[in-house]
Amino acid sequence: MKGANVKGANVKGANVKGVVELLIPARPEYLQLVRTVVGETAAVDSGLDAERIADLRLAVSEAVTNAIEAQAISGVDDRVLVRCNLAAEQMEIEVTDRGEGFDLDGVRVLPDVESPERLEYESGLGLSLMRRLADEATIETSADGTAVRLVVRFAGTDQET
Amino acid sequence: MHLEFHRIPRDPWSVLVLCGDLDMAGAPELRREVAQMVAAGDSRLVLDLTAVDFIDSTGLGAVIGSLRRTRSHDGDLVLVCPEPRLQRVFEMCDLDRVFELHESVDAAMGASA
Repeated sequence: MKGANVKGANVKGANVKGVVELLIPARPEYLQLVRTVVGETAAVDSGLDAERIADLRLAVSEAVTNAIEAQAISGVDDRVLVRCNLAAEQMEIEVTDRGEGFDLDGVRVLPDVESPERLEYESGLGLSLMRRLADEATIETSADGTAVRLVVRFAGTDQET
Repeated sequence: MHLEFHRIPRDPWSVLVLCGDLDMAGAPELRREVAQMVAAGDSRLVLDLTAVDFIDSTGLGAVIGSLRRTRSHDGDLVLVCPEPRLQRVFEMCDLDRVFELHESVDAAMGASA
């Protein structure tokens, strides 16, 4: 797809099997490409089943959606970096944007789903979904941007966090 | 376009069939489509998600917005969502408590007759 860079590389180091980097314009039209690349990368030698790969695609889609929104709100015309580190025991995905960041403690709590007011809210589920879908989800945010790190462990290496 | 729409009249309902990905790219398209239908008097909608390959929280938000829009015009919106992979996303967001996820268009219309 025009405008997106995909780089694949073999990286020497402990347990690292490979890295795939995707640098995309911060536009919604590129989400599908990100999901495809992440899904196909996860399918390589990971042993992840289809449901877990779907979880990973969804978590990454949420992270990249937030990144695109953050840059749009901040008026930043820069690309979003998606970096997949495939290791022997896990896959780690980092999504980095150059938006102005946000207050992690200030993320709103949605009304109960059965409350009539809940229908007033069409957003606000992305962060909780990411945390639920990934084995680890860490977010570092500052005025210079936000980095989301998602980790999915492979079969036989699952650990509670 | 990642999301395609097909409208099928099933009096007194209108069925809106979605094909593709319902994400940040598709959500505005769904909102626009539903707004047009409601403005044209079709406020009883069956949203058929059978051919939706992917949905995320932005897509779910557009479905919530579509429900709100139909209800604000004395209508309603019911969902056809037989695919377990999509049902799971609704469940993870507790939205299976807001929407009944029907197996077919006939089941959706029958449950809301």
